Amino acid sequence: MEQLLSAEYIVSILLSGISLGGQLALIAIGYTMVYGILRLINFAHGDVFMVAGLLGIYISAALPMYIAIPVVIALTIGLGFFIERAAYKPLREAPRMSVMISAIGVSYLLQNTATYITGGQPMTYPAIDALTRTVSIAGASTKLVVIITPILVVVLIVLLTTLINHTKIGMAMRAVSKDFETSRLMGIKINNVISMTFVIGSGLAVVGSILYFTTYPAITPTAGAMPGLKSFVAAVFGGIGSIPGAVIGAFLIGICETIIKGLPSSWNVSVFSDAFTFALLIVILTCKPTGLFGEKATDKV
Amino acid sequence: MRNILEIRDLQVHYGGIEAVKGISLDVPEGEIVTLIGANGAGKSSTLRAIAGLVKPSAGSISFQGEDITGKDSNIIVSRGITLVPEGRRIFPDMTVLENLKIGAYLRKDDLTEDLNWVYDLFPRLKERSWQAGGTLSGGEQQMLAVGRALMSRPKVIMMDEPSLGLAPIIVKGIFDIIKEINKQGVTVLLIEQNANMALKTANLGYVMETGRITLTGTGQELLTNEAVKAAYLGT
Repeated sequence: MEQLLSAEYIVSILLSGISLGGQLALIAIGYTMVYGILRLINFAHGDVFMVAGLLGIYISAALPMYIAIPVVIALTIGLGFFIERAAYKPLREAPRMSVMISAIGVSYLLQNTATYITGGQPMTYPAIDALTRTVSIAGASTKLVVIITPILVVVLIVLLTTLINHTKIGMAMRAVSKDFETSRLMGIKINNVISMTFVIGSGLAVVGSILYFTTYPAITPTAGAMPGLKSFVAAVFGGIGSIPGAVIGAFLIGICETIIKGLPSSWNVSVFSDAFTFALLIVILTCKPTGLFGEKATDKV
Repeated sequence: MRNILEIRDLQVHYGGIEAVKGISLDVPEGEIVTLIGANGAGKSSTLRAIAGLVKPSAGSISFQGEDITGKDSNIIVSRGITLVPEGRRIFPDMTVLENLKIGAYLRKDDLTEDLNWVYDLFPRLKERSWQAGGTLSGGEQQMLAVGRALMSRPKVIMMDEPSLGLAPIIVKGIFDIIKEINKQGVTVLLIEQNANMALKTANLGYVMETGRITLTGTGQELLTNEAVKAAYLGT
């Protein structure tokens, strides 16, 4: 009990909760933006995140870290772009369920390819010196990644909201998410805007993967499933389609989970930390199906 | 007068349904042309094909002598043809100003002059430029939809049922604006169920029935045509 109440312990729990929340937020934005535009739950998104982790391992083995990171970011963005063009774009006029099944297919394809390449063995994410260095905050010592994550998340979100609210492409994204046909009448190329959404989503996911796997360095072919699912719950919690909603949901899930994991081991409740996330999902879906900031009528005509 | 828009034997299919069954029509430059007819006659499909929203299954569309059949919407808009869609379809969460700016999406030059032009035509929009589009009344939304279309600096503006669901006094205002826009040099292709107003406003009219054009004439000729009177004017 004494250990539980010490200021350092509380600070360290909160810090790692905020950090986990930030990492989930970066993934959750990808889910929510794609849903906002295509009304598609992109099941492959968590696996893109996993692939970004594996790319980090393989490429940093061959290249120095300061080159490897930009290469990994570029390749992951390329992967997100390619998945949309190859697996979703041909189904633009098809029923929404077909696109969703295509997304599930891509998800398994990525997992199986990862199994084929890694042999299914857990791989260890490289230590990035600038992130793994230890610092001490209010008496609690922690890795630098825990401090950097929330700062980076805030910066990226400010950039993203500026892009969406104050640039021409952002205006096009808002238009397309409301009304495909009228957007076309304005001269907007729908496919370019959709590609842009996937580029942003994968770009944030790869940053998330660097931060996340620095904290939890074991990568298996299914390593994207759980963080992906939790981010998806975060997006649903915030109201899918809403970026601020997804971010708030992600921080809430990250902090609550870390608190549950940090409760005294004699209580034996830490095993329920994942269950908490999904219990939250059930509660939201029953009480407020549209989430915190969700639109009332999301169905498109 | 030269035809700015020429349509020859246009056919449009939706799945197995033939909505437009081979129509030909001319839009002379600088005029107001109207296409009247009942619901489901294929009027909207014709405009949608010109705007590039649906690909015609046969026939040709030429604009200023150039073939634009089956081109993408962004190309059609950049050539100078714009469509004010049925039901206005403004972006409800964007401000009035953003709605106008997005109408000029393909343009890279300065918009001040055109914004002033639209605000002169619709002073109401200037007063409400910071309001969300969705908070406007039906008539104001129609003004916004027309203003948004004008922001692309069109040579031809097509309007799909601009008077639909509006009070008679507002409808009169909308038709006055159509005449004013036309006077400033924009060719108008207008679809209406309000045949009386449309024919009084237009120089040239076409009557469409079940995917075909059945009558052509000046607005005055059609207004006094017995068949038109019986079917569309109720007199």
